[in-house]
Amino acid sequence: METVISSPGRTVTIGPDEPFCVIGERINPTGRPKFQEKLRAGDLSRIEVDVAEQVAGGAMVLDVNMGVPLTDEAELLSKAVTMVQGLTDLPLVIDSSVVEALDAALRVYQGKPLVNSVTGEQERLDQILPLVKRYGAAVIALPNEEDEIPDDPRKRLEIVRKIIDVAVGQYGIPLEDIVIDPLAMPIGADTTLVNKTLETIWLIREEFGVNMTLGAGNVSFGMPDRDAIGATFLPMAMHCGLTSAIMDARSPVMVEAVKAADLLLGNDAWGANWIAAHRAKRRAAP
Amino acid sequence: MGPDEILKALYDETLVGNGPRVLELTNLGLEQGMTPETMLFDALIPSLEEVGARFERGDFFVPEMLIAGKAMSGALDVLRPLLADTGAETAGTFLMGTVKGDVHDIGKNLVNIMLEGAGFHVIDLGVQVAPEKFVTAIQEHKPDVVGFSAFLTTTMPMFKANMNALQKAGLRDQVIVMVGGAPVTQEYADAVGADGYAADASAAVKRAKELIRQRRVAATV
Repeated sequence: METVISSPGRTVTIGPDEPFCVIGERINPTGRPKFQEKLRAGDLSRIEVDVAEQVAGGAMVLDVNMGVPLTDEAELLSKAVTMVQGLTDLPLVIDSSVVEALDAALRVYQGKPLVNSVTGEQERLDQILPLVKRYGAAVIALPNEEDEIPDDPRKRLEIVRKIIDVAVGQYGIPLEDIVIDPLAMPIGADTTLVNKTLETIWLIREEFGVNMTLGAGNVSFGMPDRDAIGATFLPMAMHCGLTSAIMDARSPVMVEAVKAADLLLGNDAWGANWIAAHRAKRRAAP
Repeated sequence: MGPDEILKALYDETLVGNGPRVLELTNLGLEQGMTPETMLFDALIPSLEEVGARFERGDFFVPEMLIAGKAMSGALDVLRPLLADTGAETAGTFLMGTVKGDVHDIGKNLVNIMLEGAGFHVIDLGVQVAPEKFVTAIQEHKPDVVGFSAFLTTTMPMFKANMNALQKAGLRDQVIVMVGGAPVTQEYADAVGADGYAADASAAVKRAKELIRQRRVAATV
């Protein structure tokens, strides 16, 4: 199944036979107090650096999150989306849990974006899916409900089924425009949880064949040498059926691991991308 | 093993999170007539404080903090009933929960560990705790402090919703409210009308003690 998102200048296809889709996570003020302060003062200039670094690192899509407390997130997010679209032709993920902010950003977005995100909670489904439908966007869906994130992969699968039923059946969103986030859990909190995420990915692929993405940084939260953990996790998850990740595209270790996995899993015909990347590196540092 | 050796071993084994050994040493200490207070205040609490300090310096990582906390909890399960017998005063009761819509619990659990380590009785409501659930639990447990945790900028507004629920239930003045979590700031805590905020687990313990002391002083004058 292929999920196609776009900007006026570029189309990106996420799919099991495509190179893994690297979504840059950096345009996000969470955990960045200085950036937050600037955004609160209406200064969005830092975004230019974030875009440039992620594009240089190999991002294929950029996530834009403007979750700054005590601000008008709708205004901030729509401004940021317009700004980023002026800086790059990469398609965007519009990331907020404030419905008004999603609405405002979707209104100004040029092309077909990916919305991040909806959950299995009825209220969220009823608020966000009509927007996704109205603007013809694709959407990331998380299999958690009111009370819990189930650890059991089969329970997560059932929530995925419910979300798909509602999104496709009730709101008429095409199945290929639903991207499931199988929920990456921090290995530092419980060393059995990543196995469950991998199993969930496998089950979702077998059952629905939809595209999947996740926040790769979650896995290494609270651990040292995080990039090496991410660089090992992603190829494992790709083998199970993960087709995209929201990740630090500035990390050469992780991006390279993903590209190598593309090659090894048969999504880089004749190794052309791998070899081209090598040549680019050689040119940059002869 | 003499009492001094037991205390030293308790400290060392808690530091590395050796739960079974900590439990053994606790029982051994009791057999030898050591008081629960001695073991708690001269070994377990200082050890956990050291764990917290190392974590904040970046020398310890999340799993090490969790396993040390678990080792400490195992000892506390044995010591708590005995402490109650001797009438040792707890630092206070702390009701804790991650707000509705938010499922992040590592930070909250670390704070719980440090609170328990400092002698608090901690009641953890878990994640995705709705305002009504906080209200019911406050009525039931009558805690000194209630803590709201949020990891996402998008779930922080639940602090305000919780405050409103407390107000409506007539509970606002009966309990100290603390807020925390990665994106939370003092400014934000003030904006929602919380009594206290802390940036990390050790600071949270200090702040909670301070607020309780202030309240107890205020109550006696």
